[in-house]
Amino acid sequence: FYLTPSQVNSILKANEYSFKVPEFDGKNVSSVLGFDSNQLPANAPIEDRRSAATCLQTRGMLLGVFDGHAGCACAQAVSERLFYYIAVSLLPHETLLEIENAVESGRALLPILQWHKHPNDYFSKEASKLYFNSLRTYWQELIDLNSGETTDVREALINAFKRLDNDISLEAQVGDPNSFLNYLVLRVAFSGATACVAHVDGIDLHVANTGDSRAMLGVQEEDGSWSAVNLSYDHNAQNEREVERVKMEHPKSEEKSLVKQDRLLGLLMPFRAFGDVKFKWSIELQKRVVESGPDQLNDNEYTKFIPPNYYTPPYLTAEPEVIHHKLRPQDKFLVLATDGLWETMHRQDVARIVGEYLTGVHHQQPIAVGGYKVTLGQMHGLLTERRARISSVFEDQNAATHLIRHAVGNNEFGSVDHERLSKMLSLPEELARMYRDDITIIVVQFNSHVIGAYQNEE
Amino acid sequence: AARMFLRLLSDIQWRAAHPKWRRMTSSQRSTSTTAEPHPVSLPAQAQVVICGGGIVGTSVAYHLSKMGLKDIVLLEQGRLAAGTTRFCAGIVSTARPVSIELKMAHYSNKLYQQLEQETGVQTGYMKTGSISLAQTQDRLISLKRIASSLNVMGIPCEIISPKEVLQFHPLINIHDLVGAMYVPEDALVSSANVSLALATAASRNGVQIHERTCVSHVTIQKGRVTGVETDRGRIQCEYFVNCAGQWAYELGHSGEEPVHIPLHACEHFYLLTHPLKEPLSSSLPTIVDPDGRIYIRNWQGGILSGGFEKNPKPLFTEGRNQLEIQNLQEDWDHFGPLLGALLRRMPGLEALQIMQLVNCPESFTPDMRCIMGESPTARGYFVLAGMNSAGISYGGGAGKYLAEWIVNGYPSENVWPLDLKRFGTLQSSRTFLRHRVMEVMPLMCDLKVPRWDFQTGRQLRTSPLYDRLDAQGARWMEKHGFERVKYFVPPGSDLLDLDHSKTFYKPDWFDIVGSEVKCCKEAVCVIDMSSFTKFEISSTGDQALESLQYLFSNDLDVPVGHVVHTGMLNEKGGYENDCSIARLSKRSFFMISPTDQQVHCWTWLKNRLPDDSNLVMEDVTWKYTALNLIGPRAVDVLSELSYAPMTAEHFPSLFCKEMSVGYANGIRVMSITHTGEPGFVLYIPIEYALHVYNEVMNMGQKYGIRNAGYYALRSLRIEKFFAFWGQDLDAFTTPMECGREFQVKLDKGMEFLGQEALWEQKQNGVYKRFTMFILEDHDTDMDLWPWWGEPIFRNGRYVGKTTSSAYSYTLERHVCLGFVHHFDEKTGEELVVTTDFINQGEYEIDIAGQRFQAKAKLYPFSSLFTQRRRKDEVELSGYQRE
Repeated sequence: FYLTPSQVNSILKANEYSFKVPEFDGKNVSSVLGFDSNQLPANAPIEDRRSAATCLQTRGMLLGVFDGHAGCACAQAVSERLFYYIAVSLLPHETLLEIENAVESGRALLPILQWHKHPNDYFSKEASKLYFNSLRTYWQELIDLNSGETTDVREALINAFKRLDNDISLEAQVGDPNSFLNYLVLRVAFSGATACVAHVDGIDLHVANTGDSRAMLGVQEEDGSWSAVNLSYDHNAQNEREVERVKMEHPKSEEKSLVKQDRLLGLLMPFRAFGDVKFKWSIELQKRVVESGPDQLNDNEYTKFIPPNYYTPPYLTAEPEVIHHKLRPQDKFLVLATDGLWETMHRQDVARIVGEYLTGVHHQQPIAVGGYKVTLGQMHGLLTERRARISSVFEDQNAATHLIRHAVGNNEFGSVDHERLSKMLSLPEELARMYRDDITIIVVQFNSHVIGAYQNEE
Repeated sequence: AARMFLRLLSDIQWRAAHPKWRRMTSSQRSTSTTAEPHPVSLPAQAQVVICGGGIVGTSVAYHLSKMGLKDIVLLEQGRLAAGTTRFCAGIVSTARPVSIELKMAHYSNKLYQQLEQETGVQTGYMKTGSISLAQTQDRLISLKRIASSLNVMGIPCEIISPKEVLQFHPLINIHDLVGAMYVPEDALVSSANVSLALATAASRNGVQIHERTCVSHVTIQKGRVTGVETDRGRIQCEYFVNCAGQWAYELGHSGEEPVHIPLHACEHFYLLTHPLKEPLSSSLPTIVDPDGRIYIRNWQGGILSGGFEKNPKPLFTEGRNQLEIQNLQEDWDHFGPLLGALLRRMPGLEALQIMQLVNCPESFTPDMRCIMGESPTARGYFVLAGMNSAGISYGGGAGKYLAEWIVNGYPSENVWPLDLKRFGTLQSSRTFLRHRVMEVMPLMCDLKVPRWDFQTGRQLRTSPLYDRLDAQGARWMEKHGFERVKYFVPPGSDLLDLDHSKTFYKPDWFDIVGSEVKCCKEAVCVIDMSSFTKFEISSTGDQALESLQYLFSNDLDVPVGHVVHTGMLNEKGGYENDCSIARLSKRSFFMISPTDQQVHCWTWLKNRLPDDSNLVMEDVTWKYTALNLIGPRAVDVLSELSYAPMTAEHFPSLFCKEMSVGYANGIRVMSITHTGEPGFVLYIPIEYALHVYNEVMNMGQKYGIRNAGYYALRSLRIEKFFAFWGQDLDAFTTPMECGREFQVKLDKGMEFLGQEALWEQKQNGVYKRFTMFILEDHDTDMDLWPWWGEPIFRNGRYVGKTTSSAYSYTLERHVCLGFVHHFDEKTGEELVVTTDFINQGEYEIDIAGQRFQAKAKLYPFSSLFTQRRRKDEVELSGYQRE
């Protein structure tokens, strides 16, 4: 049984979202033209999350992908909360004061973020008050700490990540009188999520990464070809520096048990993550919280299970590695994606496919024979090839969808095979996860003209 | 009084009127390509001003000057032959499905052949022949149909096998072919040089040619052309000819009073290559591969190949003023599919080097036929444009017909299919044209099957009942923008989709229409016939009657309430229109004509009615919805609804009365059905349309009423030998030739148009005779169906062509209608056709090369008329066209 091409399309396009930075007076002065994003679930429900927002009180745009594990609760919480923590970390002292005063006197708050959400990207209503209180406590501390220095983006990102993870941990320890919320904060803390977040402001691009999602820059070389530049390091067993770090943080006696079968303590693939208090809390704390927690938590084998060789927690951190990149005119796009994509595709292919898609959509150069010697046969071959490329491009209006189509449907020759695509998408729920992972992709397209103008100013 | 209507005679006087016309010597002119800035100033006046120096404009100038006109000025905004003509592929092809187009192309070919000798200008004329390929059996059928009509015209043409194709052209891949048609006399020319040769000959005959002169607009006063304004001054003129090609639409709209010329440009691409290693012979025939949508001709040792893609690119929708067509962008991606078709047809060309991809805009019209004739709103404003990429093939012949039109008042052939007046303002929306030409251009290569309807530009004019009928399964066709029902698909039955329903054989609606016909015969059917053109003509005194008596051949001085079928004839007695006229009162008449007569009939009458403010003519087409109740039970339905007796004693045939139907009053009921069946047509003021329809359907239920469409109507009228205008009748057919003498009252006591010609025919006999043919050995299920245009053979000799055909469900036979001529066996001279001549022949009808025996009849089967009334009152008219 096969899916028809239109059935395939409706599956692939169900979660696609595009945002174009609005123009003023026919001009877009932002270094970002817009972004395309999409998700393809393998888990049911999907454990990946994505977020995108424009900072309203500072300049810049935030984009992030979040890969949850052991459920989606943590990824969901991080996707809702992290950008607020980052935005608050970036706010100047006066703005923080203004916001605090507004809250104090019950006036309307300045909006901090403008979200760009797909209808399926939801925010939890029940926890908003709880989350808000934690955030307020954070900014109150920032007000008290007022260092008087201008905020450094790198530091802000690191602080925000760490603070949010800390809040997740604390909320779970404190609990909540509302039983629904109490269970929610525990689920958030006991599940985990990686995060890969980009902050773009003019030509300053910061990528903060925790875990094994990845950020990649698509660069167009002078000859028109495409190459990929990594803007993040994977935090997993394949990253030697990361393995070294973990080993450094724990006694030599644990060296052998720290990383087993390429997993942290033989259990966890990413070496950094939000939540996952089972790798962060002491055994006593875990036991206390689980026992006093609701029955659902108590009955859950996973939460009660203590990782083996668990001697010197914490084994896990949410602290990101931040890479700063100054955008150049040849930097055409940024791809943020969860490991579901990177498992199936090499970054070089990703750069080529997205690059050709974006340029194909916007300026497929017309052919002119001019004075060249071209035969009818050569021209025919060239046109057939161009048509094949166009037809696969025009199926998708979204670069992320296009990439997913390739990731799932590519055959050994690197072109989309409908039969394969159809098989992969029609796998029953319980089998899907064995053949592929959740895939979440954001493709940010840069505005080369604006970036060129910035460069000239400097 | 009669003479005032004849413009013909005064036109002949023009030569005497301008005796002192000074001619330029030909050395002063600038027809060459060297840029001479305006050597001669424009004349202040001329008899004819032609705008456009392409193949069309120069052909008109050539023929006008040949016919003796001297006072002609041709204006070209750029240089001669620098527009579409320069880029044109130069193929002269006579293989055309429409008879008038075929005649034009045939004439053009003969003209170009001797042009070099006549003018000394090299035209590059080369008789290469052409081969049209068929990849499918259906295509082969359509080629065979064309071959039949070429053969009877004396144009050599044969159907050949794929292997024979290879003998004519060694490069062709024949493995996917089922056959081909070879026309040995088709030719190649250099189109720009042909145009220059025509211009040269014209200027020798006294035509003044001015290049780099732009017409800004044409001035019109009191409905007549008075002159043209150009960027170099004004020229007063009597006649203006718009030959501006793709700019004709804009030029038509440039004046205060717009002249609507519905055409739109599309990009057209063709490829030029370098010569082959062994250069192709210049005598190699042109290849047309319609299934591959391409044509291929030899060109300077290499090839020239273009085509008509499925996804054309219309351009200049918003209009653009540019002097000459600059080379537009080459678009290889767009040309890709055609290039693929070319390499499939000639795989050996892979290594051939490309020289250029030429992008040459061509103008297309809403029905794929060119536009010719006089504007309905401005007398003296003539148009010849919209060549649908066949400007070279048609240019010569079209120029000749238009020149005849200007000089004689009418052309020597029936050009109604090309007449500008077949269109109205309704076809002149740019959006409509843009959409329609996108359908028309691919149609150049598509299979032309019977009963094809355009799919774009639809639902423009509709009856108020449209939605009601549509919900009941109506399938629609379009006439003059008006949606009309073909037939009703009963719930639960499924017809083929549009593309699969194309056939030359028995169509899928056969049984559906059969049951509608049966219902018309046995019970009662309703057909919405609102599209018919309806005029009201009234006056304060006797002016209306007097004028109409002159303009119509039947006697209109009948008692009030009578309906008269009559022809609207020209001087030669030919039908300009065929209509029914009801005398509403002593001084007012209600006139019903075919749908596409709206512009032509209006213009004809307007130009001939006296300029009298007490005589009013109004187009009331839009005011009435017409419901045709056909069948023996129509009388019951109507009498129950109106509480009035409707039987023949109270409401005789050919009678008209205003009465109430249901709650609605003021319904004009006429006892005609356009089919010869008993019944009534109800002309209903549109606001009552839905009410009356509902009442009729409710009341009709117990009499077995149902909806029916035009296909049923057509079958009914053809089996009863009813001719209709536009299909069977045209300006070259008289009532005498189609057995309608009873509709002509030669002795009605006053002169009428065409009377003299009819007298002569009555005395001397006719040279063609409208005849009905019943196909004898034709298998409806298995054999090709007749359509129209099939050659008729009498005792093995060609005597004429069919004009329409239908399956008669009553006779269970196919019926063809057509004209029989009598050509002298030795000289080919046309002789008088007598009743004996018709009756004493053995007839065959040629359908795509296959001949079927047919029985000829000059009178309908009387058994078909279920209800006999007074014999002379039997309705003998019908003017629906499919």
